[in-house]
Amino acid sequence: MNITITLNGQPVTHDVEPRQLLVHYIREEAGLTGTHWGCDTSNCGACVVLMDGQPVKSCTILAAMCEGHEIRTVESLEVDGALDPVQQGFYEKHALQCGFCTPGMLMTARALLDENPHPSEEEIRTAISGAICRCTGYKNIVSAVRWAADHQEA
Amino acid sequence: MQTPAPFEYERATSVEGAIASLERLGAEARIIAGGHSLLPMMKLRLASPEHLIDINDLTELSYIREEEGMIKIGALTRHVELLKSEALARRYPIFRDAEQVIADPVVRNRGTIGGSLCQADAAEDLSAVCSATKAHVVIRGSGGERVVSMEDFHVGPYMTAVGADEMLTEVRLPLFPGAGNAHEKVERRAGDWAIAAASAAVWVEDGKLSQVGIALSAVGMTTIHLARAEELLRGQAPSEELFAQAGAVAAEDCSPSADGRGPVDYKRHLAGVLTHRALRRATERAGS
Repeated sequence: MNITITLNGQPVTHDVEPRQLLVHYIREEAGLTGTHWGCDTSNCGACVVLMDGQPVKSCTILAAMCEGHEIRTVESLEVDGALDPVQQGFYEKHALQCGFCTPGMLMTARALLDENPHPSEEEIRTAISGAICRCTGYKNIVSAVRWAADHQEA
Repeated sequence: MQTPAPFEYERATSVEGAIASLERLGAEARIIAGGHSLLPMMKLRLASPEHLIDINDLTELSYIREEEGMIKIGALTRHVELLKSEALARRYPIFRDAEQVIADPVVRNRGTIGGSLCQADAAEDLSAVCSATKAHVVIRGSGGERVVSMEDFHVGPYMTAVGADEMLTEVRLPLFPGAGNAHEKVERRAGDWAIAAASAAVWVEDGKLSQVGIALSAVGMTTIHLARAEELLRGQAPSEELFAQAGAVAAEDCSPSADGRGPVDYKRHLAGVLTHRALRRATERAGS
């Protein structure tokens, strides 16, 4: 079936199987490999992208269900060489080691700050509770989101 | 890589259209809403529907409103909306208790109340919440609507009264004076399924418990409706001693199995403690 999705601001059309999951659509059809495919069971959060501005786990949504919707991936954060504040925060606060969870963490953090520009530490921790970092870097990730909240104009 | 088996996909543009598709396609068709129960089942081949009918465009099924002396919740209302609704929290704080601990915020952006109830997973929280609060559900087919109590809705493990050519469209919660309700859950880590959870709803009139609803999650093959404990409390003045007795009944009347979340005796004990706590908090709220 043919589906048209607004992907990072651009309408794109692909012929997909109805059973194709959004994460595989993004990586294989659209060729955007920033979104990571992790646990496949909606537990780990590595595959989080924004659907109409809300964070969703792309391993548990069919690409077909996104027809007519806006999907935003980690590739959209950097604009003209300028990092998004959440990306800069991860850089400043050393919020990644292996980096596997990072795309999902960044998109989850972006969505949090879009909705709540001044979150408390508890609100940050709740927001990322569906994203697993196996390098156990949560402390630095929380610091990075805090840094981004404090530098939204950056 | 986990991918569902092949199926045909269509998007419903109306409730009537979705029901007509269910009738036309037969028993191998399924409705998909949030998909956070169905797609994992399909990846594991525990479910292999040949047709999926996507109802995510049916925004007319997404609402929380108070009318005709009850609260009505549309089947497509997502967990995040149940969590954030001040109107619901005022009348039924039990929903906020439960929604804070159902999966994680990202999953809650997609999952719906209708999907949760129709999945009828014994470990799922909203099934117990709706049982305890004496909710009714509206089930629609081509011949019209019927209203079913939660006791009649739950037919067995993962089985409900919703027929192959029907869909759940609404959840109805009664509004009686003196209401208080609470949900207590213990999980191993944030976002996990319950080791055990207890939902309690009380209605206090003239210092007595005029009506009581108690249900347990994750300690049996189905949501456990604690009829015997309810009977013990009904008509009595609430007290810590009475709630402890109800907790003891809850520990007896559940039927947990041992797994990675704990052994049977621990789960029974937990079910009793959580029942006691939920009753205490529900009654405190009824007085406030």
